[in-house]
Amino acid sequence: MSKGILYDATLCIGCKLCEKGCAERNGLPYDDTIAAEQKQSEHKFTVVLTRQDKFMRRLCMNCQDPSCVSVCPVGAFRKTAEGPVTYAASKCMGCRYCMLACPFFVPKYEWGKTSPLVRKCDMCADRVAQGLQTACADACPTGATKFGDRDALIAEAQQRLRDNPGNYVNHIYGLNEVGGTSVLLLSSVPFEQFGFRTDQTTEPMPLLTARVLTHVPDVVTLGSVLLGGIWWISNRRVEVAEAEGNADNPRPASQK
Amino acid sequence: MPKIKLTFWKTVLIVILIPGVYSLIYRLTHGLGQSTNLNDEFPWGLWVGFKLFSVALAGGGFTLAAVVYIFNLNRYRPVLRAMILTAFLGYSMFIASLILDLGRPLRIWHPIIMWNHRSVMFEIAWCVMLYTTVLLLEFLPVVLERLGWKRQLAWMHTIMIPLVIAGVILSTLHQSSLGSLYLIVPGKLYPLWYSSLEPVFFFISAICAGLAMTIFESWHADKSFQQRVKLPLLTGLGRVLAVVLSFYLSLRAVDLARRQAFHLLLQRRPETYLFSLEILLLLVPMFLLFRRRVHTNRTALYFCSVLTLLGIVANRMNVAITGMLASSGNKYFPKWTEISITLAIIASGFLVFALAVKYLPIFGSMPSRQPVAEPETARGQLPELSHVES
Repeated sequence: MSKGILYDATLCIGCKLCEKGCAERNGLPYDDTIAAEQKQSEHKFTVVLTRQDKFMRRLCMNCQDPSCVSVCPVGAFRKTAEGPVTYAASKCMGCRYCMLACPFFVPKYEWGKTSPLVRKCDMCADRVAQGLQTACADACPTGATKFGDRDALIAEAQQRLRDNPGNYVNHIYGLNEVGGTSVLLLSSVPFEQFGFRTDQTTEPMPLLTARVLTHVPDVVTLGSVLLGGIWWISNRRVEVAEAEGNADNPRPASQK
Repeated sequence: MPKIKLTFWKTVLIVILIPGVYSLIYRLTHGLGQSTNLNDEFPWGLWVGFKLFSVALAGGGFTLAAVVYIFNLNRYRPVLRAMILTAFLGYSMFIASLILDLGRPLRIWHPIIMWNHRSVMFEIAWCVMLYTTVLLLEFLPVVLERLGWKRQLAWMHTIMIPLVIAGVILSTLHQSSLGSLYLIVPGKLYPLWYSSLEPVFFFISAICAGLAMTIFESWHADKSFQQRVKLPLLTGLGRVLAVVLSFYLSLRAVDLARRQAFHLLLQRRPETYLFSLEILLLLVPMFLLFRRRVHTNRTALYFCSVLTLLGIVANRMNVAITGMLASSGNKYFPKWTEISITLAIIASGFLVFALAVKYLPIFGSMPSRQPVAEPETARGQLPELSHVES
C-alpha cells in the first residue's frame, strides 16, 4: 500500500518541530539560525514557510512517477513501493540533471564540498519500510502533518474540503500535479503565494521523454537498413560506371 | 631544439592557457561551488551550454561521412578527414568539460555498469562513448597512412561502411537527444525555445553547424597551411547549407505558430532580444548563401559560415542559459574561472587541430586517387606552424 503525507496548513501553528525532527533523523545540524532560514537547502530538507499568520511546508513531494528517477543516468533515484523516492549516494556522479528536471526544485547540492552529493527528503524511507511514520509527522503536535495510506489521506482531504469549504482553497495540491505525488497539501491561501506552481501538467513528466526514447530502436533498425540500402545502390552505380569505363565517374568509396 | 618564434597566435594561446590551467586546478581543488556561479536554482550553466555546442559543431563528422561513404559523393572527400578530426576533437572537448562539470568526476564511468534506460542522459553517455570510439576508428586510416601500415589500412577499409553507418546512427540519436534533455522541463525552459520538436531542431541544426564548420575550416586551412580545397566543393556545401538552414528556420517558425508563441516576440524581455539575435544570425547567411555571388566566393562563403556557427552557438547558449533563467528566479553569469576553463578547452582544440594538419595528411592527399587540391597549391611541403599567424 502506497503511503503518503497530508499537510493541512490550516492546522499548522508554525512551531517548526517538523523541521527539527527532520534534521535529527537525517543527522543535520539544527539551531535558531537554521530554523530562521526560509528555503530548502542541502542542510534543510523541509521548511515551514511563514507569511504573516499563514504557513506552508515545503519538502520533497515524492512524486508517483518522479522526474528525478527517470532522468538520472545512473539510476541513483528509486520510487519505492511504499511511496518514498530514495537516493543512492554511492551511484551519483554529480550531473545534477535531477535538479534541472525536478518540477518542484527539490534536490539540493552540496556546493561547498569538493566531493558533493545531492541531498533531499526521502520521506524517511527506512522508517516507512519498518512501518513507522515519517519523522516530521511524528514530531507534529497538531496533526497538521499526517502520515498514512495515500488513498485514505486523499479521502480525508476531500472530506475536509467538503466539511469546511470556506477554510480552504478548493484544491488538493499533489493529487493530480505531475501525475500525483505522495505528499498532499491543503491551504487556506492560494498555493502560488508560497511559490507553488499551479500550472503543472497532470500527466507524469517522464512521459515527455519516454515518447521520444521509444523511437530509439526504430532509428537504429530502420536507419541502418536505409543507410545500408543507399550505400548499396550508390556503390553499385559507381561500380557499373567503372566497368563501363566511364572515366568521369569516381571510384567507389569502399575498397574491394 | 629549434628556436621558438613567438607569433601572434602563440601569444593568444599562452594568454588563454595560463589562466585556464590555474582555473582548472582551482576547480579540482576547491570544488564546483567555489569555481562556478552555479547554485541550487540554476544547476546547469556555461559548461552545459559549451557541451551542447561543441557536439553540434562536431556535426560535420557524421554529415560528411554519410555524404562521402554512403551516398558515394566522392567530390566531397577532400574535406572528410578534417571533419572527422573536428568531430573527434569536438567530442573530446565535450568529454573534457563533462569531467569538470560533474560533481564527482572520478565516477564518470558509472553509466557503463549502472543503467537507467529511461534516462536521456544515459543514452547520451552511451552514444558519446561509442561514437567517440567510432570517430577514432574513422580517423585511424590517416595515422596508418602516415605510418605506412598497408595491411592494417586495407583491413580498416573493409569495415569502413558498417562503421560509418553506426556513426551516423549514433550521431542521429544523440544529437537529437541533447535536445530531448530539455523535454522534461516544460515549465522551466522559456516557451520561445521549449518545444516537443527540440530533438529534431538539435539534429538539423547540427547538420547546419557541420556544413558551416567545413567551410570555416577549409578557409583557415587555405590561409594558414596553404591547403586549398576546390571552390566547387565549397559552393556545393554552401548551397546545401542554404537549403538545410531554410528548412530548419521554417520548421521553427511553423513550430512557434503551432504553439501560439509568436506573441512572445512582442515582449520587451532579454529572452526576446537573444532569440531574435539567434534567428538573425541564421537568417542572414541563409538568404546570402542562395545568391550566386556569395556561394561562388570563398570569402563570402567564409563570412556566412561564421554567422551560421555563431547562430548555432547562440541557440545552444540560449537553451542552456537564457531560456532557463526566468523560471529559476535567480541570476546567473558565469564566473571568470568557468569562462577561462572553457576558453582553454577551445584553445587546446584549435592547437591539436593545427598540429594534426601540420603533421598528418588531413586536407589534400586522400586514399582515393582523386585530384584534391587545385593546381596552384603547393603540395608535399609541410608549412611551418608560424604560418598560423598569416
